[in-house]
Amino acid sequence: MAINTDYIGRTFEPSEPYEVSRVKIAEFADAIGEPSPLCRDRAAAQAAGYPDVIAPPTFAIVVSSAGSAKVTHDPGLGVNYAMIVHGEQSFAHARPLHAGDVVVTQSTIESIRSAGNMTMLTTVTQIRTVDGEHVCTARSTLVERGA
Amino acid sequence: MPSPTQRQSYDQAEPGTELAPRQYQVTRRDLVRYAGASGDFNVIHWNERVAKSVGLPNVIAHGMLTMALAGRFLTEWAGDPGAITEFGVRFSAPVVVPDDDKGATVEIGGTVAERLDGNQVAVDVTARSDGAKVLSRARAVVRLA
Repeated sequence: MAINTDYIGRTFEPSEPYEVSRVKIAEFADAIGEPSPLCRDRAAAQAAGYPDVIAPPTFAIVVSSAGSAKVTHDPGLGVNYAMIVHGEQSFAHARPLHAGDVVVTQSTIESIRSAGNMTMLTTVTQIRTVDGEHVCTARSTLVERGA
Repeated sequence: MPSPTQRQSYDQAEPGTELAPRQYQVTRRDLVRYAGASGDFNVIHWNERVAKSVGLPNVIAHGMLTMALAGRFLTEWAGDPGAITEFGVRFSAPVVVPDDDKGATVEIGGTVAERLDGNQVAVDVTARSDGAKVLSRARAVVRLA
């Protein structure tokens, strides 16, 4: 089953709220080798003008992955997960995510395009706090190799 | 290059300025650690048998880990992990990670492309591993001091 182009433009249900934690930010910073104390120490982050420990810029993928799983695992969409590679990724940040943020993500399928035997699925995910403040827009293109 | 807590100045970031290139080692252990930290447990990032069965040369790094290394390269230059306001990449080739103590070497560089408003600069980023260009169209907007 090919990826279902009827899904172009479809917006999925928002995710459950995700609580951004200092511990998870520090774990992620450790995993990518980001050395800054602003990703680990609240006092250091506040001295630098942030409300709390801040996440590195690609941490948004940790938050957005719950919402984007609703997209890729939708049975009607027809994604063959075994044949998928990550093609492109971008983030536009209004501000860094920080410990204490409670955010909700919501994904929309922007496009489904074919090139040869490959299909490109582009999804835009908005990350907002539960109070409605927009924090980040993530755009992801997955490439499904045809059989 | 500034220390991690010293911020890069906008006035000194002329278009054409080359960021000092860095090399990062990515081992199988790093992939396990990143899988846990990111929640991406895709089997091609830790299981050699399955990676090869789907046509890959070996276990490959998460594209998002390579993007994170490029992000870290930029934020270390800027002196602030919150400095990136926009960041986009295309994953052009996989980072192949052999099962040994050295792992893959990822070489990251950057060039200031243009000055923007709000003390921001656009930076073009390059990333190569084992002779292959692993990121393309990699550009970030970075807010400087």
